Amino acid sequence: MTQQRVLVVGGGLAGLAAVMKLAEQGIAVDCMSLTPVKRSHSVCAQGGINSVNELTRQQGDNEWLHLDDTVYGGDFLQHQPPVKEMAYAAPGIIDLMDRLGVPFNRTPEGFRDQRRFGGTLYKRTAFAGATTGQQLLYALDEQVRRWHSAGLVEMYEGWDYLSPVIDEEGRCRGAIAQNLVTMEIRAFPADAVVLATGGCGLIYGRSTMSMACNGSAASRSVQAGAKYANGECIQVHPTAIPGADKLRLMSESARGEGGRVWVPRKAHDSREPSEISEAERYYFLEERYPAYGNLVPRDIATREIFNVCVNEGLSVEADRQCVYLDLTHISRAELDRKLGGILHIYEKFQGVDPREVPMKIFPAVHYSMGGLWADYVRSAEGGLEPGAPQNHQTNIPGLYAIGECDYQYHGGNRLGANSLLSCIFTGLFVAPCIENMLASLPDSAHDEKYNTLLRGQRAVKQLEHDALLKRTGGRENPYVIHQELGDVMTKAATVVRNNDQLTSALATVAELAERTANCSLSDTGNWTNQNVMFTKALRDMFPIAKAILQGALARDECRGAHYKPEFEMPGIDTDDPAEKRRQAEKWCDAFEEKNRKWLKTTIATFDKSGEPSLSYEEVDTSLIPPRPRLYGLVGAEIIEEVWKQRQAGHDGSANGAKVGGTSAVAAS
Amino acid sequence: MIAHANQSSKPSSFEVRILRQDGPGQPGRWERHQITYEPNLNVISVLQKVATQATTVDGKTTTPVAWDCNCLEEVCGACTMLVNGRTRQACSALVDQLLEENPNSLELRPMSKFPVVRDLVVDRNRMFRALERVKAWIPVDGYGDRGPGPREAQDTQQVRYPLSECMTCGCCVEACPQFAKVELAKHSDESDEEFAERQASAYDQSFLGAAAISQTMLFNDHPTGHMNAGERLDALMGAGGIQACGNAQNCVSVCPKTIPLTTSIARAGRQTTLHLISKWFDR
Repeated sequence: MTQQRVLVVGGGLAGLAAVMKLAEQGIAVDCMSLTPVKRSHSVCAQGGINSVNELTRQQGDNEWLHLDDTVYGGDFLQHQPPVKEMAYAAPGIIDLMDRLGVPFNRTPEGFRDQRRFGGTLYKRTAFAGATTGQQLLYALDEQVRRWHSAGLVEMYEGWDYLSPVIDEEGRCRGAIAQNLVTMEIRAFPADAVVLATGGCGLIYGRSTMSMACNGSAASRSVQAGAKYANGECIQVHPTAIPGADKLRLMSESARGEGGRVWVPRKAHDSREPSEISEAERYYFLEERYPAYGNLVPRDIATREIFNVCVNEGLSVEADRQCVYLDLTHISRAELDRKLGGILHIYEKFQGVDPREVPMKIFPAVHYSMGGLWADYVRSAEGGLEPGAPQNHQTNIPGLYAIGECDYQYHGGNRLGANSLLSCIFTGLFVAPCIENMLASLPDSAHDEKYNTLLRGQRAVKQLEHDALLKRTGGRENPYVIHQELGDVMTKAATVVRNNDQLTSALATVAELAERTANCSLSDTGNWTNQNVMFTKALRDMFPIAKAILQGALARDECRGAHYKPEFEMPGIDTDDPAEKRRQAEKWCDAFEEKNRKWLKTTIATFDKSGEPSLSYEEVDTSLIPPRPRLYGLVGAEIIEEVWKQRQAGHDGSANGAKVGGTSAVAAS
Repeated sequence: MIAHANQSSKPSSFEVRILRQDGPGQPGRWERHQITYEPNLNVISVLQKVATQATTVDGKTTTPVAWDCNCLEEVCGACTMLVNGRTRQACSALVDQLLEENPNSLELRPMSKFPVVRDLVVDRNRMFRALERVKAWIPVDGYGDRGPGPREAQDTQQVRYPLSECMTCGCCVEACPQFAKVELAKHSDESDEEFAERQASAYDQSFLGAAAISQTMLFNDHPTGHMNAGERLDALMGAGGIQACGNAQNCVSVCPKTIPLTTSIARAGRQTTLHLISKWFDR
């Protein structure tokens, strides 16, 4: 047989980690990306990357607690074995990135410095200024360049993935892609295709994501039969700088380094912030969450900021929603050393120095916890079985998903500084799994017998493309439809969700999808035609948008970032001890019932026209039994007490002993 | 508070002149668009409006302008172009500031030192090729577990980190008088791969530019990278190496990340001289 090859689609952290590891294993790799890989969206990640380290260990931290924080922060919606494997691999990954030359910030003695991030009580986060994602990506980009130079990696930058190539037995044998400059459509035979194509923020119009994050690769794969999981779990980052073209991220590290969120107690107080005294400031996160303060998990910070502006009417400005994120009490030198990159962004785009004047920020769509469904094999120890070919494979054999575009690891809500970790971890971890899968194949997709299949599927895509260019009659403008899609998605499926709005959004989105079929192109040429590529990407936003809305509509509960006030479980509203206990018992009954019903992965499968239908799958919570997420709830102590008694009572297994970790600290 | 100054004097609309080009080797042509003024626009949102309007000042329907972009927050380096004649990122070029420099209109052109692909899109592969020439990486043994990397003093980290913020955007070489455009035409009988190979060998004979020279210092400063410093210095001493630098110092003044490029070049000059001498004595 001819040489086997792997095609990695996407050149962010996950994709490049997979490429370099596969190359090290001696496997020939093609790496495809919409942009030169060094310009991938990973560069936007700012704050850092989590792992247990020597210092946190001395304070009682360990990998199990990193696992615990991650699943507790994610509201237990993620399978636990992959998270366990990731948490235990994390220290080694930071060491590796360190060896690759990442300029991590240092302590005076020359050790890597760490900062604290949301959802944990330990300083687990290693960082390189406030451009950690950029620094990590560059280190991997450099390694891949080294392999490219050695001839083991072929780069296809400026290619758009159009579809997987699937044979009669349902196995993926490569992909069809289109060159963004020459518009050539080509078949790429591959014995494994690895999707590392990131999130789908562009479905929301403006978000913190880059322009390449349109979800099209995932959409094109689900339209070919791959399953999509937990689409409704979309993270809205609490702190972003509102902008006309983009909502620019203001990293959680600003709070990790001591940044304080506040609003004037008097609505729309027009005085300069420096003139507003401490007593007249409402530090609402610190007041409501004394244990975590400004570093509560993201979903909670986001809801509180949203609530203080929208429901309590305390936005800093009258005509625009925003709150202060204040760093002005920290010395300039320290700010420049630890947060220079993000302060520079604020200064450049807002024309205001955040070292002198508090920043004005508001939440923005930031991360897709959901994504392509991917498999895993549980090991005897409760982690992943290293090298098992099924790990990270989608339901289509030979098609893998890693990084933000898969659904593992983050459940209902991702903890800050866990995304860079999950991207690099999955990229490195999947490589030996693929190697074993390749060894089990009797042939290569480059063998002549696959020519007909590949040629045929290429021809289908060519016909579609030609038809799109020739389409006449329609008068719809794809850019206008994209704006409308963004507006409806942002309104219905971000911080607060309710069923009426979701139902009507589904109807609007279906209408927009139909209108997209009538888009006429203002460019019908065949050279660097961004108009036609955008229209294709727009068309493919609809299946994922529908999966997000349907998943959100169906999930009648609150879990992580998915918040439906109608199904919120209220806290305890009495001081009477007996009544308190009775209410706590009732609360725990309701919690158990909610988990029976909804502690399940939402799975969307799609018909030929891109319409999703939903089913559900059990979540593996065998390592850490689900427990109530009680950050800030009134009566948290009594609920926690009742819950622990219940667990001790009806769960005598080994796992039961581990309930509670450290992160069950309830703040009220 | 630059963005909010002179709000009252802002025009109700302004003109955007864009130098368009249909493909490599094609002639350029100016196209004019009228854009309604809004506060806090940047050049990216102007280009988005141009795409949505799809009509020129003369009322003619036109194709959307092609341009490169990704992150929109000045960390990816994609959207570099000449805005009012100055090389910079379109995303951080704020219209309010531009109109203060030049009331009522703004001008967009593609970078001049790289082959134009279409309109404002240029081919900057030469810059990535330069990184390969100077072996801009840490040649680790492998990706297995070998414990942490070398300890590093805060001072060293604070020298390396700014160099590592280089996003290969191309501003430094666009402004450099010694960096001449290299543009080859694709032969009709040539495959994409053959053409790319011919381009690469042409790039390898031409000036590396400030960005790549600065990257050699980033890796030579690292304790592991230092073990291969000689190979990088050899590359700097080859054709199109550091001797091509004319010390105009334009690079450092246009770098959006204020990377001390001229300091890197001076250090690289000293290191290559010492390297040359030690090679001569080692013979």
